[in-house]
Formats: sequence, structure tokens, C-alpha cells
Amino acid sequence: MSEASVVKLDRKKLDEILETFHYSKSYLIAMLQKIQEIYKYLPEEAMTYIGEKIDGLSPATVYGVATFYAQFSLEPKGKYEIKVCDGTACHVRGSMPVLNAIKSKLKLQEGKFTTENGLFSLETVSCLGACGLAPVVMINEKVYPQMTSDAISIVIDTLMKEEV
Amino acid sequence: MITKLKTDIKEEQKLAQEHIKKQGLRVLVCAGTGCVANGSLKVIEKFKELGADVSTLTDYDKMTIVPTGCHGFCEQGVLVIIPEKHVTYVKVKEADVEEIYNSHIKNNKPVERLLYTDPKSGERILKNEEINFYAKQTRTALANCGKINAESIEEAISVRGYEALSNILIENNPESVIEQIEKSGLRGRGGGGFPTGRKWRFTAANRGGKSYVVCNGDEGDPGAFMDRSVMEGDPHKLLEGMAIAAFAVGADEGYIYVRAEYPLAIKRLRKAIKDAEEKNFLGKNIMGSDFSFTIHIKEGAGAFVCGEETALIASIEGERGMPRPKPPFPANKGLFGRPTLINNVETLANVPVIMLKGADWFSKMGTETSKGTKTFALTGEVNNTGLIEVPMGTTLREIIFDIGGGIRGGKKFKAVQIGGPSGGCLTEEHLDLPMDYDSLLKAGAMVGSGGLVVMAEDTCMIEVARFFMNFTKNESCGKCVPCREGTKNMLAILEKIVAGKGEMQDLELLEELAKIVKDGSLCGLGKTAPNPVLSTLKYFKDEYIAHIKDKKCPAGVCTAMKTVMIDENKCKGCTKCARTCPVGAIDGVVKQPHKINQDKCIKCEACLNSCPFKAIGLK
Amino acid sequence: MTDIKTLFVDGKEVEFTDEPNLLEVIKKAGITIPTFCYRPDLTTFGACRMCVVEIDGRGIQSSCTMPPEAGLKIHTNTQRVRRIRKTVLELLLANHDRNCLTCDKSGNCELQKYSEEYGITKIRYKNKEELLPVDESSPSIVRDSNKCILCGACVRACAEYQHSVLGFANRGSKTLVQPMKGKPLADVECVNCGQCAAVCPTGALTIKSDIERVYDVVLNPEYKTVLQIAPSVRVALGEVFGLDAGENSIKKIYAAARKIGFDLVFDTNFSADLTIMEEANEFVERLTKGENLPIFTSCCPAWVKYLEMTHPDMLNHLSSAKSPQGMLSPVIKEFAPKYYEGFTKENIKVISIMPCTAKKYEITREQLKGETDFVLTTSEFAKMIKSSGIDFSVLKEEEANSPFGGYTGGGTIFGASGGVAEAAVRTAYNMVTGEDLKDVNITPLRGVDASSRSKEAVIDIKGTKVKIRVVSTLIEAEKAVREVKEGKADFQMLEVMACPGGCINGGGQPISCYDSKIKEERAQGLYKEDEELPIRLCHKNPDIIRIYKDHLEKPGSHLAHKLLHTTYSSKKKSL
Repeated sequence: MSEASVVKLDRKKLDEILETFHYSKSYLIAMLQKIQEIYKYLPEEAMTYIGEKIDGLSPATVYGVATFYAQFSLEPKGKYEIKVCDGTACHVRGSMPVLNAIKSKLKLQEGKFTTENGLFSLETVSCLGACGLAPVVMINEKVYPQMTSDAISIVIDTLMKEEV
Repeated sequence: MITKLKTDIKEEQKLAQEHIKKQGLRVLVCAGTGCVANGSLKVIEKFKELGADVSTLTDYDKMTIVPTGCHGFCEQGVLVIIPEKHVTYVKVKEADVEEIYNSHIKNNKPVERLLYTDPKSGERILKNEEINFYAKQTRTALANCGKINAESIEEAISVRGYEALSNILIENNPESVIEQIEKSGLRGRGGGGFPTGRKWRFTAANRGGKSYVVCNGDEGDPGAFMDRSVMEGDPHKLLEGMAIAAFAVGADEGYIYVRAEYPLAIKRLRKAIKDAEEKNFLGKNIMGSDFSFTIHIKEGAGAFVCGEETALIASIEGERGMPRPKPPFPANKGLFGRPTLINNVETLANVPVIMLKGADWFSKMGTETSKGTKTFALTGEVNNTGLIEVPMGTTLREIIFDIGGGIRGGKKFKAVQIGGPSGGCLTEEHLDLPMDYDSLLKAGAMVGSGGLVVMAEDTCMIEVARFFMNFTKNESCGKCVPCREGTKNMLAILEKIVAGKGEMQDLELLEELAKIVKDGSLCGLGKTAPNPVLSTLKYFKDEYIAHIKDKKCPAGVCTAMKTVMIDENKCKGCTKCARTCPVGAIDGVVKQPHKINQDKCIKCEACLNSCPFKAIGLK
Repeated sequence: MTDIKTLFVDGKEVEFTDEPNLLEVIKKAGITIPTFCYRPDLTTFGACRMCVVEIDGRGIQSSCTMPPEAGLKIHTNTQRVRRIRKTVLELLLANHDRNCLTCDKSGNCELQKYSEEYGITKIRYKNKEELLPVDESSPSIVRDSNKCILCGACVRACAEYQHSVLGFANRGSKTLVQPMKGKPLADVECVNCGQCAAVCPTGALTIKSDIERVYDVVLNPEYKTVLQIAPSVRVALGEVFGLDAGENSIKKIYAAARKIGFDLVFDTNFSADLTIMEEANEFVERLTKGENLPIFTSCCPAWVKYLEMTHPDMLNHLSSAKSPQGMLSPVIKEFAPKYYEGFTKENIKVISIMPCTAKKYEITREQLKGETDFVLTTSEFAKMIKSSGIDFSVLKEEEANSPFGGYTGGGTIFGASGGVAEAAVRTAYNMVTGEDLKDVNITPLRGVDASSRSKEAVIDIKGTKVKIRVVSTLIEAEKAVREVKEGKADFQMLEVMACPGGCINGGGQPISCYDSKIKEERAQGLYKEDEELPIRLCHKNPDIIRIYKDHLEKPGSHLAHKLLHTTYSSKKKSL
């Protein structure tokens, strides 16, 4: 069990979220987004809770939705969520070297996407719609245009310094 | 049956225009996703700071900074446009603002160094109208993008926003709206090119009970961002288009499904809906008529397949975005089992313009079977990347070489991938092909959403096919066997070829499988997923064969095809490489040139970086 | 009158009326269309693409999703169609754990069948590399993802009948069908109904086999093996041996059991009669006192488990009477030694043949442990008959052993949804009035098709109107329970069967998911036997009268309570 799953869920908070969306099945995705906003991932208990509380859902169906959409994470994401765009335009203009540079910079092992200290998580996304600035990287809500291996390295260094 | 409305849109327009006149000198600063990334918010702040002291303005009594939506010329951002002075400044940084202000705004002397340079002539272009990127475009859907403050409903009204809606509410004849759209020849801009009017008619046939209008803003095609630009730059046009559609088909509720990757679009749409509701352009008894229509926003959560209309419906209903079989079509049984009209953003953005300027005006543009204009996201190895809108039937040559300013770095044009992962590639022989639905389909490609990725001579087409197949494999919902298993296996074959392990029979199997996946899949994603493979097989078969038979990548891209070589003349015999090599493939005596045992080499390139004399390279 | 229209199947004009899709129309034309995901009782899914046909002017269409239209010209076996089907099969096989010879589904597997029919002899695609662990945690079901072809039939069955324990997870080629987060079935709220396995075309979901464990006791002379056979087994088991669905083969089943080596053969129909005595008595008591109404029937272990898991506050409504299986085993162990020499409470092994996979779970219930030793499903028992080399077709009919073999029509209709309630009403009427119903057929409670998953009847017991609600599937049960909770329920008895249509369509019955008529024919078989039996009222069964006289005294007596009643407890997981 990872540490994260021990996180105590605030049942009242969950109920508030469900209340906001009228306990309606059609808002499942929005509910999960809200929960991920709070916890930075989808804790299993939260998914089970929704599955049992809302008519027409079950823990298995909630899990099915959570694992269908790329946005949702079942593991905690980093404080800085790095999204490397690998859309066509970015790919053609060299997003892969940027991705590899980040991987080695953060010393991420194959198959891992969050750093040990929980500071950074890395993922590729298919298109951020900023194709004119390819290749782009998005960190949390901020878009970094025309990235290179060196440029992203500097960006990450800056963020790391802020954390020390 | 003329209805009297409470709202007098002409009066509103007059007020809005007066309001804008009072703004004095308008300085438009692009605040689209691209320019924001380049720092436009700081540029805006700086301008505001400078303009705060009105007394410093000599010719104007006031200056207003207008944050706009995307101009489309993203690569040149931050863009600053001063319409009154017909000037566009490019790549503006916060530090440049003061100079623009002092030199041009106060003293009418343009800042030369911030003007756009034509990539062909190398000349600085002073006037907007002379920038080829803009000059060759005809903007309908994007008409207001970059010209108005996207967050102000007054600005939208000042450029005739909601006038078309008001007109049709006065006329109160849904049938005539559908007729106009049919007559205009508008076809779906999201991919398939289905005639929009016919779709409306099918949905309207089920009028009576609850119906929905859904706007498909799940622009998932990697390399296309026209819908994002409309939603960010002119959200009211989209809302008006939806309201007109809803009136025509008898719907009273609408959804806009937006990708979660577009936070700015979501924010602006939310504001636009709120503003429109306050003005009663949306909501109950719109403008005092009998027509009511409310719009909700649903955020996607990252699934390309949700661009497929039945998957999008499933997603709005809170389910996994797995497409459902058609029939039943959404027009009969769609969202929550009710009749539903689904159109994409660009399609709906064309609607108010058609209603305002007439079907004839619209159908004069374009070709025999494809009317109006189409936006394209021009990206890749082209000088002017950005978003453009041209009449249907414009040739690739005009787009790439005139508007796009040609290939970067003087490289040779190789191909263009159109329509993203669902489309195909076009080559030199297609440069003069008029771009419309039917001629592209004939050439084995499709308009799709309008993503145009330009590729130069140093692009490997097999790697491109692999890239797209990897994308569709990851985005396949997994429901139907041909798509789920077929994309996986096509990718496996392509990876094998790219890795230099391909055999000639793999090509046959790849083609056979591609055709079956196209024929047998459940939804559009699967049916079009093989297109990049089929079209590269058609136009670049030699390149495939080179990878398989000669184990060579003609474009020099595929690492597996390369050999790591030590340049004997540069090698000093320092032994660093031999010590770095993880598999012991490098032999040599100290101070003698080293050699790589190619049988052992795994092409990890570790030695490349270790060599202090840059003596190791890939060939 | 429904309009008769026509279309063309391979050039032949075919009439159609209200068939839901082309596949069914084509079937009428005598052509079987292959399919994995189409199951007539479930919503259509259109995923496997095996049922594609070519239609003039419409190209390739999946016939299971396409509604019939007059004039369509359909081609079912073109080269284009065959290529798609063959590729689908080849792709599925490449991604399949192909240890077919040792697969439980071997011989019944649709993937195997079509691969043979379409001559798939070579697989040119990359084989599946990693195998996932097999889930054997449930006493009823074995789940092997490595054999799953993602047709989604089980997911739909679980969602449309029960409460979505199985679901899709992930997407694309990483898609899996599994309980939440891949948990073992035993750790989630699975009610063990087995409907998932009943619709699975491959060996991905199979019934946990107890055949070898049963052979171990049957062929061991130290044990006395006693068999009991559930009502609905008799109208379904014969299908495996070429009999029509609904044809009653109980007397051959008795004979086969003895040939295999079972020492005594009793009939669960007998204890179904016994159940009615206890349950009707309890019902009349509650009616008189006005307590714990409506009474919920308790024969279906899936339903009982569901109520314990999701509505523990409603357990007081459940009849405390054990299920017929649950009653017969302790009765056998307690009383058979009195009738048969050499039989002791210790050396008797009771094996029951059930249409039901949840019965395998039922015998593991804390309250019932040690009473029934093994449960075999109808399908497993058919395998045992084959494995023992018995030619079912030439078997001579035999009778069950006495005294727990005689039964009435009331007992036999337990096998169809509504049967328990119907039998209970027949006896309750007598208990209240001392008279028998003039017409014992309570037809509103009959019917097992999809439209009959919730039905009601009002019985006038000499002026007292009693309303009975009968539901099958837990979806319908949940609705009924909510009515009770919200105080809106106007019925006094609720019969629940978790499987749609009741036990005749249980998860352990021979595979019938490709034809919705089969369960109706099985139900007809039971109602036919009810009509034909000389005694149709449980309380008139001479063996029942005798067991009370000799042993149990009267319904609800102290001993009856000890042997025939049980308790329930909350299984709700605290979140």
C-alpha cells in the first residue's frame, strides 16, 4: 500500500461534492475532477464511496470511468505536474528529446512518473492546442513555449530552487 | 408570424459601438493560449501602466488595451495590433512596450525592429494587410478572433453579435432557418463533412419532446487548435450559433463539451454564457420570444475518442467514452435517449454569419461540393505556423508557400499530413490539389479537423506513420476488436520496421490488416486509424522497402538504422568511450583510434556524449 | 396485426415483423451469424464485429445493431465479410491464452468453435506475452482475464441484472474486465449468481468445478453419498444430451445418478414442498400479527447475500425458512439413518445438483456449514454423466428414493420466477381458511421473459386481499426494497430470484444465452409437470404429511426451527 492510500478522506467534503452535482450519475466525470483537484489523485475510498452513494453507479463502474480518461490519476501526482505535449506539431519539432531530458533531469525510472520526493510528476499529453509554439511543455497551468532540452532543464532548475 | 421582441438588437449594437468609440486608441494584445505562454499578460499590464496617465497621450484622449483571442499567428507572439495605425507588432516582449508607446503611439513613428519580416523577401512589413499570412486569408468563423475583447459581450454585440439570432426570432420560422443552412451548403467542419442542414432536418423531424444541441469542442486531433481559438477568441459567436441551431431543431438545452486541456476556453465560455444570460440572449424566453435555451459546459477528461459523437454522448452522460453503434443516430436517440443535434465548434461558428449575410454569400465561396471557408492549423516545418482560414478549394501550394511562407531553413518539402491521425499524407504531386472534402478523400486523405502538419525532406514517413499509430492505439477505446487489436498489431509491425527488424511479408500483413481495420471497425476512430499507414504505403512504399531490405532510413531519422562510427581522424585514443560503453563494444589501444564492434553495439549513444573530441557520430 | 415486410438475405426473400435486428431476421432465414457479444436478453453492444454483413448501398454493417428495413439486400458470406471475421478471430487468438486443451470451456467455447469453422490455422500476429493471475477466490466463479475477449457480455449482464460488480477498466488494448481495481471476486459485493459466466463466450468466466471433489466421495466406499436435485435441473439438463429445452428428464437423471454411484437419490422438490409449509406458516403468522411485512422469500442465496450486504436493516423481512437445498441436507443427515442401514450422520455426504452457482456460496454460509457437502451445477452434473461413460439417451427411467423423494406441483414450479409465491399462496390459503383454492393456477405470477421481471397478483383469502409482488433480477429487487423502505409498498409478500426468470435461467444451467426462448421453454416444462402431477398443493404431499407426523411435529415447531430455519447477519462493509 502506498502512503497515499492512507490519506484520511474527509467524508463531509465528499458529500458536499456529491451534493453540488445533485448526486447525479451524469456528473461523475466532474465529481472525479473535483476530487482530483483536492487530493491530486483519485483515492480508492473516494471512488468506492461515489460508486455506492450514487444510483446507477458501482465501485467497478466508477473505477472504469476513472481509468478510461487520461486526466485521472490513481496515484498522487507531483506538486508540479509536467505535461509534455506530444501532439503532431510538437513531435515533429522535437518533443521527445525534451521528454528524455526531463526524465534524466528528474532521474525518473522507467515506468515511474512521480519523483520520490513527490515534487514533480511527468506525463505526455496528446495536444495542448498551442501548436504554433511547438514543442511546448505545460507545468501546472503554465505553458512553456518552444522548449529545448536545455531550456526545460533551466525551467526545472528554477522550480527546484524555489523549493529549497 | 412576426414576433415582437423586447430586445432591440440594433439599439444594443449602437450603444456598444458608441461604447467602443469612447475607448479612444485601441491597442489589441493577443491573450490566446499561445501568446499568454509568451508573456502577453505582462505586455498588457505594461501598456495599462503607461496609458494610465492620459496626459502623456498627445493625439488621443484615451487609450484602451484590449486583450483579444487568438490571431492565429501564434509563432510570432506576443502580437500587438493597433488597428487605427494598421500595424502589427510581432514577438513583443514586456521590455518593448515602452518603445512602442513612446515612439509609435505618442509620436507616430513605427518601431521597425518589431515589425514582421517576410521570410521570402526579408523585408519588414509595415501594414497588416501586406502580411502574406493575413492577406491571403478569408475569415468567417475566425472573423472576430483577435479583433475583439473575447470577454466582453458589448464588443461581440458591436460586431453584430446576436443580430442573426434576433432576426430569426422575429421571423419565428425554424423551417426557413434550416432551409438557409441547407442552401448555404455548409458541411460539418469536424471531420466527416456531413451536410449540416441535413443533420438539422433529421433532428428537427423529431421535434416535440425534449431535444438537445451539443457542441463538440473535444478538439483532440494533435496538431489542430481552431476550435480552441474560436472558443477563446469569439465565444459569443459559438453561443449564438448554438442558439440558432436549437431554435431550428426545437431544442431547449445545450451542452458544450470542451477538452479539459483548454482551461482558458472553458473560463471564457463560462463568462460568455453568464453575460449572455444576463442580457437574456440565452435562458428563458430569449429576447422576449417564446424560445428558451440554456447552455451547460461539460469538461472532457482526456480521451480523443470522445470527438466521436456517440462517445461524446456517453461521456456527457458520465460514462466511459465508448462509441455506440449507429443506428440509432443521435438525431433520433442521442443524449439521455433524446433527439440530439451534434455539431462541432467551427461548424456552429459559421452559422450566425450565414444567417446574417445569407446562404448565397456563403455558397459563393468554395468549390462545387464544398462551400465556404475552412480553418487549418498550419504547423510543422513551415515558416509561418499558425491558424488560418481560407476558402474551400485553396491549393496546398498557396497555403504552404504563400500563407505559410515556405519550408523552414530552406529545406525541401516532402509531404503534409492532413487531418491528423485520421487523415493521410499528401505529397508534392498534390500541391495544386484544391483542398475540399471530395478531392482530399479521392487522394486518400481527409479534411478532418483541418490539422496540416508540414514535413520536410528530413522527416521519416515510416516514423510518422508509427507516431500516428501509437496515438490511435493509445486512444482506441478498446471496444471493438478490429480497432483495439488491429491498431496494437499495426503498431507492433511498424515498430518492428522502424527498429530495422522488418521483413517483406510484414508489409503485406500491415496492408491487409489496415484495410480490415478500416472496413470492420465500429466507429470513425477505428475506420480512419489506418489512413496514415495506407497513405504512406501508397506514396512512400520505397521508404518502407529501404527500411526493410536495405536497413536504411532515407531521411536519416530512425536510430536503429544508423551505425555509430568513430572518426579515425578525430579520435585521440583517450579510451573514455570504451569505458563508457555498457556492452563492451568498443576496442582500441591507448592513443590509437578506437573501433566499434557493430555486432555488439546497441546504439545507446552513450559513447557519443562521452567523447571529448566529438569523434563519434551516427551515420 | 403487425405488418409483414420483407428483405433479402443472400438473394432469398425473407419476411420479418418485429425482430429487433437483422441478425434475428437472418437467423429466421436459416443462416447462423457468428457473434460473441450479441446476447438477445442484453442490450446490444456491437463490439466483436463477427456478425458483420454486407448490405447493398450501406456497405459493412453489424447485423446485431442494424434494425431490419424492408427491401434491404443483405449478403452474409461475401469475401469482404469473411475477411473481417477471419481477421477478428486471428487477432483475438493472438491475444488469447491458447491452452485450450486444459480449458474448462473446451468444447463449449465460441472462440474455439468459430476458429475451427473459419479455418484459422495460423496466427501471424504477435502473441500475448504476459499472463495475469487467475482469480479463484470465489466459491462459484473462476475469472481468467487471459481468456477474455472483452465482448462485454458479462459486464452488461452484471449491470442489467444485478449491481455492476464487473466493469471495464482502462482503455484500448489495455482494457480489462474486472471487479473494482482488479480485486478478487470474493472481496467485492458479488452475489455469485453466475450470470456473467452464463453469457461468457470463452473460458474467461467459468463455474468453479467441484466435479473431482464429488468423485472423491462418490467413489470412496467409506462415504454414503446422497443426492438432491433442484426443480429446474430436470427441464434443462437434457439439453446437453440433445433433448428439447423444457423436456422433463428427471427420471433419467435419477438413473444416471445411481449409475455414477450415488447411494441415494432424493429430490429437492420434496424440500421445496417443505419450504412452503414453513414459509407459508410464517407468512400467515406475520399477516395475523401484522409484523415484518412484506415477507421476503429466502430461497435465492444471491438475493439473501445482496440484502445482507446492501440493506441489513431489512433482514427482519426475510423469511427465516432455509432454502429447499438448505432444508433437505440436515433432514437427510438427521433422518436418513433411521430409514437406511449403514447410513450415519457422519458418513453421509450430501451433494446437490443446482441450476445455480450461488448455491456453492450458500453452503459456505456460517449458519449452514457442514449441512450440504458439495454443490454441482446442472452443467457440471452433465459433464459427470459424460465422464462416467453413460449414454443418457438409452437410460431407463427410475424413481427417487423414499421418503424424501415425493413431491407436488407446488414444489416443482419453484424453478420459475413466481413459482415460490404461487405455491406459497396455494398453501397459505389453506392454512387460513382450511379450504383449498378452487383454481390453483395463479397466472399473473407466471412468465419469465424480460417483460415479466416484476409482476403482481392479488389473492382474496376469504375477504382479506393479499398482494404478492414477484421480481427477478436484483435491479427489480432493489426497486421493490426501496418501495418498502419508503413506505410505498402495498404488497405483503415479495418473491425475489436474482436470475432473470428464476432458477430455470440460473447461472449453472446449460448455456442458453444465444436464445431467449429457451428459458421460456424450461419454465413451460415445469408448469406442464405441475399440471400433470396428481397432487399440486405442497401441504397435500403425503411424504410431507409423514415427516411432520413422524419427526417435525408441525410447521414452526421447535425441531422445525432447529433444522429448517436460519438467521441472517449484516455483511455491509463499513466504508
